[in-house]
Formats: sequence, C-alpha cells, structure tokens
Amino acid sequence: MLRGRGVGDVKIAVCVKETPEATARARIDPGTHRLDRSGASTLNPFDTHALEESLRVKEKTGEGEVVAVLMGPPQAADSLRKALAIGADRAVHVADDAHAGSDLVATARALAKALEREEAELVLFGQQGSDSDGAVLWSAVAELLRLPVISQAASLELADGKVKVSRQTEYGYDVIEAPLPCVVAVSDAINEPRYPSLKGIMGAKKKPQETASLADLGLSGDDVGADGSRTEVLALSEPPSRGESRKIEDEGGSAADQIVSFLAEKKLL
Amino acid sequence: MPTLVYVEDHEGELSRGSLGVLSYVAGLGDEVAAVLCGSGVKELAGETGRYGAARALVADDPALEHPLPQPRVDVLAKLVGDRGFDAVVFAASVLTADVAAGLAARLGAGLNWDLVGLERKDGELVGKRPALQDSVFVDVGWKGEPRIALIRSGTWDAAEKGGQAEVEEVPVELQDFSQKAVMLERAHAESEGPSIEEADVIVAGGRGLGEPKNFGLLEELAGALGGAVAATRAVVDAGWYPYASQVGQTGKTVTPKLYVACGISGAIQHKVGMQSAGTIVAINKDPNAPIFEYSDLGVVGDLHEIVPKLTQLLKERKAS
Ligand SMILES: Cc1cc2nc3c(=O)[nH]c(=O)nc-3n(C[C@H](O)[C@H](O)[C@H](O)COP(=O)(O)OP(=O)(O)OC[C@H]3O[C@@H](n4cnc5c(N)ncnc54)[C@H](O)[C@@H]3O)c2cc1C
Ligand SMILES: Nc1ncnc2c1ncn2[C@@H]1O[C@H](COP(=O)(O)O)[C@@H](O)[C@H]1O
Repeated sequence: MLRGRGVGDVKIAVCVKETPEATARARIDPGTHRLDRSGASTLNPFDTHALEESLRVKEKTGEGEVVAVLMGPPQAADSLRKALAIGADRAVHVADDAHAGSDLVATARALAKALEREEAELVLFGQQGSDSDGAVLWSAVAELLRLPVISQAASLELADGKVKVSRQTEYGYDVIEAPLPCVVAVSDAINEPRYPSLKGIMGAKKKPQETASLADLGLSGDDVGADGSRTEVLALSEPPSRGESRKIEDEGGSAADQIVSFLAEKKLL
Repeated sequence: MPTLVYVEDHEGELSRGSLGVLSYVAGLGDEVAAVLCGSGVKELAGETGRYGAARALVADDPALEHPLPQPRVDVLAKLVGDRGFDAVVFAASVLTADVAAGLAARLGAGLNWDLVGLERKDGELVGKRPALQDSVFVDVGWKGEPRIALIRSGTWDAAEKGGQAEVEEVPVELQDFSQKAVMLERAHAESEGPSIEEADVIVAGGRGLGEPKNFGLLEELAGALGGAVAATRAVVDAGWYPYASQVGQTGKTVTPKLYVACGISGAIQHKVGMQSAGTIVAINKDPNAPIFEYSDLGVVGDLHEIVPKLTQLLKERKAS
C-alpha cells in the first residue's frame, strides 16, 4: 500500500518514456515486429507536461520529492537524465532484457512494481507516447496498484489530501476528485513545460539514478516481455495512399501566392 | 463463446460510435451480447437489439451513474469471469479507453487499441491497427481470451439490423478503490458557440498560433474564404477557443470541402475529426509535422507571415 500523507511533503512519481525523435523516421522492424529503437530518441514530449506539473505541485507545497520512473532499454537512461536536468530529484530505470516485446499489460506490471516501492501520493502520466498513441497505460497501472485513476487532466489542484481534476470528454468538461494516493494522466494543454537550465544539466549527473532489474521488482520472465504479453503482431502492411500531395517551403510569406493558385486550381475559390 | 460489446450512453442516448461497433461485430457472424452500465439505463437496453445484439446485459445501479471507469471494470470483470467471452470490444472514448485497460490488467488479458479493422482469419480474430502516425498498418492478434479491443472512433457507422435483444440485469459488486474517484461536475452538451459541422470551408488553429489573440488572424482568413474557425484540443483545453469549435476525437467530426490547418501538428486524435475533408492545406513551420502526411498541400513556414498575406490576396481577388 502507498502512504497517505498530507500535502506539505508530497511525493510524486512521474512515468516517462523514451520515444523516437520526430526528425527520425520511426519504423517497425519487419523481422522482430518491434519498434526499431536504433534511431535518435528523446524524452517523450507529452511526458514533459507531466514532469512540469509535478514540479509545479512540489514548488507550491514547498517540499517533497519528484521521482521519474522509466521502463526501457539501457540507452533510455539519457531520457531519465533529461528528466533530472529539468528538475526531477531522483530517477528509477526499469531495465532488463526480459522487458523487450512487452505489451500494455506486461509494461503495466513492471511499472506498477516499481511504483509500489516508491509509495508516492501522486503518480503522474503523460497524455500519450508519441510513438504508440496508446493513451491507456495509466489505467492498467492504477488497476494493478488498486488506486483511483483520472485521465486527460487539463487542470490539476491538490488540497486536503485530495486531487481535483478538470478534463475534457466527448461531451465537454468533467470535474473529478479523488483522495491521495491517486494516479493522474495529464493533457498536453495543462502547462507549458520548462526547458532544462545549464545548472540543471550540470546537476543532473549528481542526482541519484537507480536501475531496477526484474529480480529487484520481484517479477519473473513469465510476467513481462513477449512471454508476459497476451497480444502479438502478426504482419505489417502499407497503408492505403492518400493520393498525390504537394509540399512547398515558404520564404517570407511567398507561399501565399502558391496557396491561392492551388485553391483556384481545385476550384475552391 | 459469444462476443461482448460495451455500449456507452449519455443523457439518455446510446452513443452512435458504440452502436457502429455493435452492428459491425454482429456482422462478423458471432453471437453478440451488448453490455450497458449506468443508472436508469435499463430502458435503453432494448435498442441494442436493432443493431445486432442477441442479448443486452444491463448493470443498472446508482453507483454507476457517472461515466467513471473503475466501477465499470468491476462489472465487466465479473461478467467475463462468470460467463466467459471470446472478445470484449469497445468503441474508443475517454471513458472506454480507461475501462478497457483496467479490465485487461485485472484479467491479465491482451488489449489491442486504435483498431480500424477486425476480422476473423481462419477462425481467429485479427485486428488492424495503423501505427506510427498511420505510416504502417499492423495486423494484431491475441493469445487467448478474452480478446480486448478498442476501435478507433468513427471507424464504422451504426447500421440497423432490425433484431431484438433479450434484456437481462446483471449484478453490480464494486471494489473499494473503484469508488474513490467521484464526479463533482459532469459534462453536458454545450449549445453555445458556432456550428462548424455545416461549414464548407474550415480554417483551424492549434498551439502554433502562439497566443489566443492570434485566432483573430484565422477569423480574418475564414472571413475571406467564407468559412468557419475551428481549433485543436490543446488550445481548447488552454481556454483559447470554445469547445464547440474543437475538431477531433472528443470534438466534432467535420467534412468540409476545404480544411486549412494552421499551427496544428496533426495528432491522430485530431485527424479522426477532419480526415474526410475534400482538400486539406496545412501550414506548419516543422517540416516533420505529422499533418503533412495527410495534406494535399503542405506549406512549411511561419503562419504569422503566411496567413495575413493569404487573407490579403484573397480579399484583393474578390475585389477585382
Ligand atoms: C483521448 C484523447 C482525445 C483527444 N481528442 C482530441 C481532439 O478531439 N482534437 C484534437 O485536436 N486533439 C485531441 N487530442 C490531443 C492530440 O493528441 C494533440 O495533443 C493535439 O491535437 C495537439 O494540438 P496542436 O496541434 O494544437 O498542438 P501541438 O501538437 O503542440 O502542435 C503545434 C504545431 O504548431 C507548429 N507551429 C508552431 N509555431 C508555428 C508557427 N509560427 N507557424 C506554423 N506552425 C507553427 C508546430 O510545429 C507544431 O507542429 C486528444 C488526445 C487524447 C489522448
Ligand atoms: N516504458 C514506459 N516507462 C514509463 N512510463 C511509460 C512507458 N510507456 C508509457 N509510459 C507512460 O504512459 C503514458 C502513455 O504512453 P503510451 O501508452 O505509450 O501512449 C506516457 O505518456 C508515459 O507517461
């Protein structure tokens, strides 16, 4: 069970992942059917909003600790270091070859075990992975931790041991409240994330960064990776093409002329 | 074993999205049961028969009044445990995504999400999922039941089949932690704001506008084109523009002749609301923005320079 402390020294765990850089063309390896992680990678941009929110909560309450938790291959330690540079106090890297090929539930199992050890009052997630667009992991993790969950938070307020969230659904805005400890996934509109400062980057190396193996988490190879996954990739194919498309580069507004000609050509004016 | 389809309701109506999934799945030839969770939803259950459900299972309880996921996980986990289902299929929504993932974790089952296709191949259920910004299609499968699936919004239209469902109430037993999150204020349909669904031309803006007042640039461009202004969730959530103007998964689905996207990255959840537009023009300063993958004309540049010039040119053209 997680501790239910009052606000004042709030402990926040932030789940972050590493995703391919937008400039690198991400691809799925046709042999392994897994995401090819050999290209340039970065801290998932959506997760910088969760990190920012955790720092704001901590700054508001004055005290507390922000722990970044990431599951991923060894090179993903760079993304954790970035989280430390931005402001996290500590990092936990869930890394073990056995995790390769984990699906949603297998990933949730590993993260839930790592989070259980942290006993955070608030567990934050980003809105989605820029690679997976899954946008559901938090709910699986909350289920395994047996904690309340609120997703798509466009605003977050912490008071009296409770978290209050406003979030958008298909019908407008809901306001939902839950007692701590609680899992919250934040929308990318909740804040404008800060960048790491030079001081932050220099200081990151000195902050504690721990690696957790499968055994450290009390899991076995059957719980995680492809063996612990109940979904599989069967085949890859090309998407239907959308027909011809044109791309032009603007210089000081020159593209406006070309847009007008294009619209005229399409008989849209 | 039968397939279970979750049918969502809001203010006394079944969601079109879930009826679309229900009627499609019923068309696969399997026996299909619909499940409804809510308070006072029993009277809505019969309607699922018209969309192909042989049976409508109803969890009707005041504790299920609000659209919160965790009590629904309790209901579905018990149903699956008691009766056994080959698959549990959801039309993706903010609510059902959380229900499906919670259920998969509770049961140690497989969840495939964002599917745009579902078929039986040699008797086995296979899903189709566009991945990596829709740049590749992946055939996905499940290793054992229940096979849990979330279908991308707008994938199938609801088709009436004219059958009848046998309505049956099912027990509701909730866990403590499932009831901890409470709804303080519930979303309701907002009628104020402009209607963008009828517009032939839409000029849409995202976070690339930089600040709320720059929507003025888009209003002028929309004026010159005779169109309406729309927005992404990022700017609606930030309070820059009204929710009624939002395009995408949790906003409106629009099919104008022309859609001009300005400072919009083109996330899948935005795309599902506007991909059927006749012609898509995108202005974005990032040459790698996903929106260029599905634009007819992609313009790499600063919208603050391009949009006012474009408005000016269109006005001159009209005047001459
Ligand atoms: C369950 C769920 C439901 C969702 N529903 C919706 C929905 O209904 N509708 C929706 O839109 N989103 C929805 N989203 C959110 C979606 O995933 C994206 O976060 C959102 O669409 C991004 O909005 P944006 O393009 O305005 O912002 P960003 O992704 O931040 O993109 C801004 C873009 O502007 C460009 N830019 C910046 N400056 C300039 C400039 N000067 N000139 C030109 N370009 C510039 C940048 O290059 C960037 O590509 C949903 C997400 C989830 C998880
Ligand atoms: N491997 C991971 N390690 C830690 N957190 C993760 C991981 N994958 C996803 N997350 C979190 O879950 C959110 C949703 O990611 P996804 O399910 O990939 O769309 C992200 O924004 C992160 O907060």
